[in-house]
Amino acid sequence: MTNANNKKGILQYLKSPNSAGLWFILLIGFAGGIIFWGGFNTALEVTNTEEFCISCHEMENNVYEEYRETVHYANRSGVRATCPDCHVPKEWTHKIIRKIAASKEVWGKMTGIIDTPEKFDDHRRSMAEREWKRMKETDSRECRNCHNFEYMDFSEQGNRSVKMHKDALGTGEKTCIDCHKGIAHKLPDMKDVENW
Amino acid sequence: MKKLLSVVMVLGLACTTSLQAEEVNSGGVESLRGSSTLDATKKADEMKRVIKDKNPIARNYVHQPPMIPHQTRGYRVDLNSNKCLTCHGWKYANETGATKISLTHFETRDGKTLSDVSPRRYFCSQCHVTQADAKPLVENTFEPVESLGNE
Repeated sequence: MTNANNKKGILQYLKSPNSAGLWFILLIGFAGGIIFWGGFNTALEVTNTEEFCISCHEMENNVYEEYRETVHYANRSGVRATCPDCHVPKEWTHKIIRKIAASKEVWGKMTGIIDTPEKFDDHRRSMAEREWKRMKETDSRECRNCHNFEYMDFSEQGNRSVKMHKDALGTGEKTCIDCHKGIAHKLPDMKDVENW
Repeated sequence: MKKLLSVVMVLGLACTTSLQAEEVNSGGVESLRGSSTLDATKKADEMKRVIKDKNPIARNYVHQPPMIPHQTRGYRVDLNSNKCLTCHGWKYANETGATKISLTHFETRDGKTLSDVSPRRYFCSQCHVTQADAKPLVENTFEPVESLGNE
């Protein structure tokens, strides 16, 4: 056996692998896929928890404190809506798009753009507007994950709610965020905001 | 000398304890909070349940600020926003069916009329409050004014 002969043999083998080799490669790919995809998804879900959100003091000392006073944090029946329930879409494609967009927040954290309450308040209006716009564009999709108009029992609602929900929401003229601004956090200066 | 010092200390201690004993004694006086003494923390009363959503409530006397017949939890009134005015302001009252705020609220202290709510009348809950079914703390003989729609 010469060296050249040996080389030819490997080349031959790679060109036409036997079935065992083919299965081996497939198996590696499959296992690798599970590990990679599972790991990615697990990491993604970790960033989708309240603990992760408030691991930044910008969130914990500002918006989280404000949210703790509201009905989405503490209420009669103990059902809660945590940060990602409102701020991250549930559906996968939209979730990934939102997550990629949110990577900008990492830059914000590094540059410390809102790292004091005063700085936070300076940016409150622009940040709030971004969320209002996002909600408006999706017809308040994240609200509707829990609050489904189809199942709203008007007889259980107050007179004021019935009127507004029937006239504005039922006709599709308005969406949740048009009226329900600042339900979980303090409002910015509302000068020149529609309906305020 | 040592003996004298200890006697003084014992006397002093005795004095303070007797003083403390006097402080906690309410002397039989009952306040609106009951007869609890200063050194004990009384259990807080249960929170009142506010009315959910009712029609306007008749006023009891002339110039009484109208009472709020609905819940106002989470309604912010501050420098940034005024949740009450998003319904009761003149701009929105027709659409929402809410009672308009009185035009007296546009007047300043020295009688000048402004084009929007006067700062001194901006903080609604200073005068207008949500009602709850609360029993009067002190017995009284007040009768609501009949001409204002009271039975």
